[in-house]
Amino acid sequence: MSSLLLHFCKRLLLAVPVVWAVVTLVFLLIHIVPGDPVRNALGENATEAQVIELKRKLGLDLPLSRQYLEYWGGVVRGDLGASLVNPADRVLEKVLARYPATLELALAGLMVAILISIPLGVLAGRRRGSWIDNTISVVALLGISTPGFVLGPLAIYLFSIKLDLLPVSGRYGPEYLVLPAVTLGAALAAILTRMVRSSVIEELGADYVRTARAKGLSESRIVFRHALRNGLIPVVTIIGLQFGVLLAGAIITETIFSWPGLGRLTIDAINSRDYPMVQGCILTIALTYILANLLTDLAYRLLDPRIRS
Amino acid sequence: MGGSNGKAMNRVGIFGLTVITIFFVVALLAPVIAPWDPAEQHQAGPELTITERLQPTSEHPLGRDDLGRDLLSRIIYGARISMEVGILVVLISALIGTLIGAISGYYGGWADQLLSGFLFNVFLSFPSILLAIAMVAFLGPSIRNLILALSAIGWVGYARLMRAQVLKVREYDFVTAARALGAGDSRIILRHILPNAIQPLIVQASLGMAGAVLSEASLSFLGLGVQPPTPSWGVLLNDARPYLRTAPHLLLFPGLAVMLTVLAFNFIGDWLRERGGD
Repeated sequence: MSSLLLHFCKRLLLAVPVVWAVVTLVFLLIHIVPGDPVRNALGENATEAQVIELKRKLGLDLPLSRQYLEYWGGVVRGDLGASLVNPADRVLEKVLARYPATLELALAGLMVAILISIPLGVLAGRRRGSWIDNTISVVALLGISTPGFVLGPLAIYLFSIKLDLLPVSGRYGPEYLVLPAVTLGAALAAILTRMVRSSVIEELGADYVRTARAKGLSESRIVFRHALRNGLIPVVTIIGLQFGVLLAGAIITETIFSWPGLGRLTIDAINSRDYPMVQGCILTIALTYILANLLTDLAYRLLDPRIRS
Repeated sequence: MGGSNGKAMNRVGIFGLTVITIFFVVALLAPVIAPWDPAEQHQAGPELTITERLQPTSEHPLGRDDLGRDLLSRIIYGARISMEVGILVVLISALIGTLIGAISGYYGGWADQLLSGFLFNVFLSFPSILLAIAMVAFLGPSIRNLILALSAIGWVGYARLMRAQVLKVREYDFVTAARALGAGDSRIILRHILPNAIQPLIVQASLGMAGAVLSEASLSFLGLGVQPPTPSWGVLLNDARPYLRTAPHLLLFPGLAVMLTVLAFNFIGDWLRERGGD
């Protein structure tokens, strides 16, 4: 356990330069805006005095190095500045208020992906080369190639408009989560299905499986107790990487389903040129992603005793 | 893999190549093929309701959008945007990525530490589409910025691949022989190492086309990429959303175009990878 802790600390340390770079990049974003970001946000009718006043309030009149230090100070204190559109709104408060909805959606999407991919992947892997394997492979490629902004509206059309089974949009109860979660999780389900399949194929050819077969274990016991257990280890690592894709994909899914999460907030902020809000959203998503990868790495070590020792 | 999957994989590859060839021809010949000008607004009879105006007719086989523009023509012109963005993004990111990957792998040492140990990780620590959204959000939406943003997220894949290939090939005897004959670094990289890396780079480029087409449509759908009235598939999909209830075909056809293109590029990539693996 202590070596695990040591390893975690090492990974944490390795994440420091990455976090530094991410914060710096996000800080710099507002400075790549062509023209004057404050004037952009206030619109053409704002007077010069209003622009200068707001700039002073936001600290955008300071030299770049000071702004950078102030930004870091803010990040450390948990202060991501104020909204450019409604200066009374604190960015972090807004972001945190939307955070649970996005996390809920991303985790539900992950659940959908896992629940679909494991049975399909095992089935395809066990019947390698059969028509069922080929069908699953083609469906998986289809799933990878179907973007959320096509799948989502089509799902709304079928399940909400035609069949009247599920609500179109919003977040007012568990039934509202179904379509967004499936839309978000479908592509990941397809990717994981392919991974589980090749994992199962590889494990079923391993020596320990031959031993288990020789001992007379039943095929389902071999698959589920032995092959799958080892076969899922690489799948777990990919889940951490893919969690970031889910978080980013949530931006599109939330737009389609009017899901009141971070993605919706990001797009609204982009449209109203509320740059500090956009920075806050992007920073939060990126940091969540880094954290998810750290946790996955930890889970991976816990699962695989070969690496643990 | 190969074996029993070989035949199926060949079919998959042929399907992918066929679809992409068709889309390329359609994109190139858009002005000849498209039945109408994609921007022309065809007025419908005043007796028709808005819903009726959107429906397919003999003159407009896929129907018209809310402004009376022919959907089929817009999808055909949309192929141009998708292919144009895809090709440019793949070229730019492959060029930059290959160069950086080659430097990282060939020279090793602190250059490699800085590039692969740090820079790659920074870019990988953003979910890729998020970085593109961030860049376009701050630079402002336009095709140029879209290509820039997608290249900025695309190069890492090529760089990692190239680095791995260089590390593998660098130690081969023929490279040592070339060096002994007095070949310079750039000659060794270009003439001896690059040809060995070309197969996986082509696989990556094919998957990269799929990714670029998909990302272009995603960003345009969000209003962050190609701007209306330019008929990008993502724009068409976004335009169609308010009419989902009464005219789902407005969404279905551009959606199918995106899906087919992405699927075909993925098919080609998979097929090439399996062939290379054998």
